[in-house]
Amino acid sequence: MSPTATFPETKSKELRWVLGQMDALDPDRIQDYLALDGYEALRKAVTQRTPEEVLTEVKASGLRGRGGGGFLAGRKWELARAEQSPLKYLVCNGDEGDPGAFMDRSLLEGDPHLVLEGMAIAAYAIGATQGYVYVRAEYPLAIERLNRAIEQARSHYCLGERLFGTDFSFDIAVRIGAGAFVCGEETALIGSIEGRRGEPRPRPPYPVQSGLWGHPTVVNNVETFANVPLILQHGAAWFASVGTANSKGTKTFSLAGKIKKPGLIEVPMGTTLREIVFDIGGGIPNRRTFKAAQTGGPMGGCLPEACLDTPIDFESLAAAGSMMGSGGLVVMDSGTCMVDVARFFMEFTQEESCGRCVPCRIGTRQMLGILNKLCAGEGTHQDLEQLEALCETIRTASLCALGQGAPNPILSTLRHFRSEFEAHVYEKRCPAKVCTPLIRFEVSAERCTKCGVCVKPCPTGAMKWHKGAVAEIDPATCSHCRRCIDACRFDAIN
Amino acid sequence: MPISAPPDTQPDFLDRLFEAHGTSRSSLIPLLHAAQHHYGHLSPQIQDRIARHLDVPSSTVYGVVTFYSFFKTEPSGRHTANVCLGTACYVKGSDRLLKDLEEQLGIKVGETTADGRLTLGTCRCIGLCDQAPAMIVDEEHVHGPLETKTAAIDLLEGLD
Amino acid sequence: MSETITLTLDGRSVSLPAGMTILDAARRAGIDIPTLCHHPDLSVRANCRLCVVEVEGRRTLVASCDTEAADGMVVRTNTPLVRKARQDNLGLILSDHPMECPTCVRNQTCELQELTYRVGATSFAPAEREVPWPLDSSGPSIVRDPNKCVLCRRCVEVCHEIQTVGAIGPARRGFETVIGPSHGYSLAQSSCVNCGQCINRCPVGALYEQDDTAKVWAALADPEKVVVAQIAPATRVSIGEELGFPVGTNLESKLPAALRSLGFHAVFDAVFTADLTIMEEGSELVERLTQGGKLPMMTSCCPGWVSFAETFYPEFLDRLSSCKSPQQMLGALAKTFYAQEAGIDPARMVVVSLMPCTAKKAEAQRPEMRSGGHRDVDVVLTTRELGRMLRQAGLRLDQLPDEPFDDPLGLGTGAGVIFGATGGVMEAALRTAHRLVTGRELDAIDVQPVRGLEGVRTATVDLDGTPVKVAVAHGLGQARALMEQIQAGTADYHFIEVMACPGGCVGGGGQPICAGQADYARRAAAIYAQDQGMERRRSHENPAVLELYSRFLAYPLGERSHQLLHTHYQPRVVATV
Repeated sequence: MSPTATFPETKSKELRWVLGQMDALDPDRIQDYLALDGYEALRKAVTQRTPEEVLTEVKASGLRGRGGGGFLAGRKWELARAEQSPLKYLVCNGDEGDPGAFMDRSLLEGDPHLVLEGMAIAAYAIGATQGYVYVRAEYPLAIERLNRAIEQARSHYCLGERLFGTDFSFDIAVRIGAGAFVCGEETALIGSIEGRRGEPRPRPPYPVQSGLWGHPTVVNNVETFANVPLILQHGAAWFASVGTANSKGTKTFSLAGKIKKPGLIEVPMGTTLREIVFDIGGGIPNRRTFKAAQTGGPMGGCLPEACLDTPIDFESLAAAGSMMGSGGLVVMDSGTCMVDVARFFMEFTQEESCGRCVPCRIGTRQMLGILNKLCAGEGTHQDLEQLEALCETIRTASLCALGQGAPNPILSTLRHFRSEFEAHVYEKRCPAKVCTPLIRFEVSAERCTKCGVCVKPCPTGAMKWHKGAVAEIDPATCSHCRRCIDACRFDAIN
Repeated sequence: MPISAPPDTQPDFLDRLFEAHGTSRSSLIPLLHAAQHHYGHLSPQIQDRIARHLDVPSSTVYGVVTFYSFFKTEPSGRHTANVCLGTACYVKGSDRLLKDLEEQLGIKVGETTADGRLTLGTCRCIGLCDQAPAMIVDEEHVHGPLETKTAAIDLLEGLD
Repeated sequence: MSETITLTLDGRSVSLPAGMTILDAARRAGIDIPTLCHHPDLSVRANCRLCVVEVEGRRTLVASCDTEAADGMVVRTNTPLVRKARQDNLGLILSDHPMECPTCVRNQTCELQELTYRVGATSFAPAEREVPWPLDSSGPSIVRDPNKCVLCRRCVEVCHEIQTVGAIGPARRGFETVIGPSHGYSLAQSSCVNCGQCINRCPVGALYEQDDTAKVWAALADPEKVVVAQIAPATRVSIGEELGFPVGTNLESKLPAALRSLGFHAVFDAVFTADLTIMEEGSELVERLTQGGKLPMMTSCCPGWVSFAETFYPEFLDRLSSCKSPQQMLGALAKTFYAQEAGIDPARMVVVSLMPCTAKKAEAQRPEMRSGGHRDVDVVLTTRELGRMLRQAGLRLDQLPDEPFDDPLGLGTGAGVIFGATGGVMEAALRTAHRLVTGRELDAIDVQPVRGLEGVRTATVDLDGTPVKVAVAHGLGQARALMEQIQAGTADYHFIEVMACPGGCVGGGGQPICAGQADYARRAAAIYAQDQGMERRRSHENPAVLELYSRFLAYPLGERSHQLLHTHYQPRVVATV
């Protein structure tokens, strides 16, 4: 069967497998889902196939975890299945914390049964009887719909005791996060479900060996589970027919930032960044130019124009200094300062550090301090050197992925936009005109076209202009709000 | 059972909650959510009653409450407005929106207006990146894109 | 378990038993990997990241304290990357640590200081806080300075897991993480029982005792005051560590001369009142056994345990022996019996206790502890504070003469000496109870089953046909386990000894900072050696105690005893548990 036959392409370069039926159903009605052959994959799995067969199918599909690391889902399940334990757990990680990511929210709100069905299939494969969906408290609608979907699934014997009349029982409970980004890390998430502070634990032991309450636990994210019913229904070969050598299937992205058509998209693995940004996203608005795309969230990196033809798959993104992450894709234009972006991410990570290990707790604080200095125009050569040196220690010596990934936004921006850092340090200049202390707030007579568009946005009346003359800024009343810079189309204000 | 000072209030809401949730340690965060939803915040008295119910030290409950930014130990205003500081919103200028709101309301982030009407805060990405910059009001209603400060101010002034 | 593995450590092939961490394996092989959060008695791990090493095939550095050494592993403990990571980590800690080292209470015993000397540290700008944490000196015994805290979490494990008190824990997160009581309360408002175990585990100066040495110096300098000292059993075998002697050195014979040279008027021995406690408590046990009193009877000489019982097990307070602790008994007798004998106005007398304990400071301040009309004990100094005073005075104890304690409160037996180790009170009580009940001495004077460092030890002693079941617990977690058995009706002991600190008083919260259990065993060995070598090893053989009864108290549990030597307990209400 050709994929496109079942799943309509809504936009030319898109391939909507996981998101495919969202528009065709009311998430609050299981009948809609059932009408689209929902829970058929689960029914066939538990009534016609052994857990080993299900496992083999998922392994053969090459499905990799959509949450960040990209670990082979089938392999993870296999490890959990091999554990000798009377109790095993399954956890769906819906703690979508990456700023700029909303795929999981959309899936949980738009097609909750698809995720539940994927979980039940996984539970059957590994031998789990209880599952949890861990959802951010910031997603009240997703929580509401998920709870309703679970109830409906139970009343249709798709969840609960003796599914479809077989001996297999599996139930799901929703656990609500409480505002801690680090809980997206699987060991922290497990701690949170157990009622503890969300502090990561050292691995090994891995959750598949010792997870929730010490029992083998598989943690996969929302999108990973959503792929599972499709794989079972259409077969591993069908799934693996799309994508690159090591990254199969599709990937959803939430396209946001300085882009004409932001929104939720889904593309085959291997689609290039250029296709996503320009063909699907419509390019950059306001006649500005593309500068960078940030993927992988606060542990990811910024990819420059030179990387636009990078195919989106796990290995290529890592090689370019970023990572797949869960699918946030924030586009930045020429008006974005990369030093400020690095500072923004470090502020985030620093606030979200759990505080358990030294490199992350104090190291992110020190890195933020240095970045603040750079943005304030007080950075020195030594600061830049220390920043790079610290990145290495924090990357290699931190306890968990959050700490190990914390330096990534700095490392990737240093790698691709080093000249901007150097401009801040050696020339005391912010090329994107974002870092206010580095802006002089003067109008360049050469570039000013005397159009006067900068006058109206000025809230303090500091901008002086009369027809036919170059605008002028009164330093005494200028509040450095930058509205004139945003308004000027000719880059005449510095 | 350990003894501690009697709590200031004896609301039976918590007792009913305790009955519904049992005494498993994993009930802690669900209990905190439910208690905060009902009382608006988690006072030391409420935290200590939950600690006694679960038979864990008060310091353990307090450690959990203060770890998660969603839990509040101080009462908030009748309404809360949290400006999203996620990447997409930040790139779209939510930091400036926040500054404008601070100025307009005469309070800083984390503070409540003198009349107890509104608490201004920030939040991590609320998944409204395609509608950036966004704001979440009273923890349920999401709004975006708030491209001008007047849109945000009108919105907040419309609250009772 | 006898499986042997071979790994490569810094290029050397090393064979060892399976199941060890890389850290232990390296230390065994002569490579001392630096650690800060790791402690031999605790399971805290992987927080400080100082013990990181390179393991071939691993993407990042690994914490050697938390990684099992495996067969064929190739480990490098001293590469440029490892050294830099350690120096950066130390530098990061120091950037968030006050640089007050010379004046800090832990100067020279600070692990951070020692590590910086050994490992070196990268220099970073101070990671400034908007507002420094307030110093918490609200409690009678323990001071908390979160500014110096390195968040190793040893104190949290001790307080929650070993002591099961849970008074302090981590709050907030990230850079704002702080260890303290709930709701930002002070220690005095918390369920803290002042055991001081957190101090003993703290690698830096974030937790320390209330320093009362100034009060003692002032009293000694005041011509109006008559200052007398009493020395706890466990202090004599540990004070040497404060002065550079090896662990387990017994300086009992030197302390009287040392204290007299500081200006103490008289130097008494709490071993004397330990013997007296046995007479009173032993009689109380016999009375409870024969007259149907509440059982099991529980010892009351440990103030940390008393406070724990008052906080968490108020229903068992009538099980606690009504005997005051030896410290309080001695204070009460000093200001009555001794004052009368020596013709000293008790109002002028200052009783200073030299104790292995922080909870004793709190005990001395209890309002009921003034049965003679004056406060029984005026100032309690921990072993560490005594060390401070002796250092300030420049006294070389090994060069001082051997001198005896002062009469009439200075003579003790071996039974009183062993009070300093867990099981000692029980053993001393059994030696005397046997005599009280049967009229005969115990066949084997060394009651081995109650000795040692096992969590809970039990024994059954035959008292003329009546089997008496006893149990000994050290560490409050062990005590809690025992109390839960009693609550559940699964234990039928007659007599229980509880010491709040692991190891008993040799591991007390006021003792010199040491390596933990291994050192407690050395101190205990010194105590048992002293008992072994003594002529009198049973409390009822103490002639000074017998004389006290004949001249002052009349008989055990008599009216005067009740007034001066016994006390009562009440449920403790704290702001938060």
